[in-house]
Amino acid sequence: GGGGPVDSAAEDGRPPAPERVLFPPTFSVSEIKNKQRRHFMFLRWKQQQRKEKLAAKKKRRKEREALGDKAPPKAIPKTIENQRVYDETTVDPNDEEVAFDEATDEFAPYFNRQTVPKILITTSDRPRGRTVRFCEQLSTVIPNSHVYYRRGLALKRIIPQCIARDFTDLIVINEDRKIPNGLVLSHLPDGPTAHFRMSSVRLRKEIKRKGKEPTEHVPEVILNNFTTRLGHSVGRMFASLFPHDPQFIGRQVATFHNQRDYIFFRFHRYIFKSEKKVGIQELGPRFTLKLRSLQKGTFDSKFGEYEWIHKRREMDTSRRKFHL
Amino acid sequence: SPFPFPPQVLLSKNYEKALEEIDENLIYWPRFIRHKCKQRFTKITQYLIRIRKLTLKRQRKLVPLRRKIERRENRREEKALIAAQLDNAIEKELLERLKQDTYGDIYNFPIHAFDKALQQQDAESESESDAEKEDDEEDTDKREFVEADDSDLSDFEDMDKLETSSEEEEEVEKKASHSKSKGKTPLKGPARRKRPYIEIEYEEETEPIAKTKAA
Repeated sequence: GGGGPVDSAAEDGRPPAPERVLFPPTFSVSEIKNKQRRHFMFLRWKQQQRKEKLAAKKKRRKEREALGDKAPPKAIPKTIENQRVYDETTVDPNDEEVAFDEATDEFAPYFNRQTVPKILITTSDRPRGRTVRFCEQLSTVIPNSHVYYRRGLALKRIIPQCIARDFTDLIVINEDRKIPNGLVLSHLPDGPTAHFRMSSVRLRKEIKRKGKEPTEHVPEVILNNFTTRLGHSVGRMFASLFPHDPQFIGRQVATFHNQRDYIFFRFHRYIFKSEKKVGIQELGPRFTLKLRSLQKGTFDSKFGEYEWIHKRREMDTSRRKFHL
Repeated sequence: SPFPFPPQVLLSKNYEKALEEIDENLIYWPRFIRHKCKQRFTKITQYLIRIRKLTLKRQRKLVPLRRKIERRENRREEKALIAAQLDNAIEKELLERLKQDTYGDIYNFPIHAFDKALQQQDAESESESDAEKEDDEEDTDKREFVEADDSDLSDFEDMDKLETSSEEEEEVEKKASHSKSKGKTPLKGPARRKRPYIEIEYEEETEPIAKTKAA
């Protein structure tokens, strides 16, 4: 029958009139041994919590509307970007020292428009399907770039030859089991070398879009979120890959977006539908990079002078600390 | 293994002399065992030679993957991707660049400014804006033809179709494409560029100009 005033032992998991059941105060849902009943009680508890939360929200909203303009401002939710540990090397846009450094470092000739970038793309030994195709697509994205096969040549011997032939940058795509997984980018006339771990590479045919191939126009470059000194130098490295004068007729843009130390590369074609609206259409490959090390000179694994290496034990300790 | 070990004999560095020394030292052993000994010696010398050759070439360093770390990094990458909201960020950046006039005169969207001017002073600003818009449209038309040389033929065909179509078709297409997708414009990319320039008020005035230019 319909439940008396109090169910004494309170082990009946499904009383037909739940509001009249009282449990001893030290009883919790997790103490019921029967899984089905425990599950049922837990669901009920959850629903109750949700109702209470909704009611509280409504009440708060009514209060806010009642107060009108005098209401306190909305609370900002905490995100990892908000809570990020403040990095001392964050670049202040007005910092003179940084500006001076940037005017005199290895990319100065590029930014002063004295050199035109010429890029050599190559892979590790014996590249397989995906890597080869990815190299080709990358060379269409980056203007003035050439792909050469490695055939067992040593990097240390390639580099002087490249410098002799006027190349400004060298990209080596490392491959593992037929998929590219690493990228070494070195600025040639004695410039810094950056070693990245590459992940989630999507070739052009795998991207869901209905666009055509990138044309030969020089794309624009967008560098997002490179805040620290290290980020700045990496950002300038990327910028120096592309010629300095983008052709706006082509309406192509290459984006390097840094988020929590992951650099996302995308290649889009944009179109301005109106003053406040722009449509973008993705074409070209996409990949993400994570910086592993930055060397001062050109690629040298033994005697190189490392400006920054990613040390897992020291740098990965906090979830809110990022280096780029 | 035998204990006490028989005394060790150091073979000479010369391959052939070493074979002879094996024969001398194992003089009373059966022929088969001597042969096997010499075979073993040959194999050892060969792989030592190969080692010495390989160390001179490029060594491939194998770095082991750490499963937990790989998984952690993949997870963080996904979350970073979601947090990044790339499309929005790119669109914002492009709009900002448009505002800051990095594109110069290629796009003319002074629609805001013109609307405000229209609201303030009706007749005068309208005539001025007409003249300016015509000039700008001429410029953009010219540029579009330059672009046609570079871009693909199919885009150009789309543009042609749009130019020759009537007002109604254009409006219908506009509504259809607006209802289709949110931000992206897959087809009719360059074609859509004409829309902002051709406002419904001015269409009758400017279309004949565009047609003559196309012809």
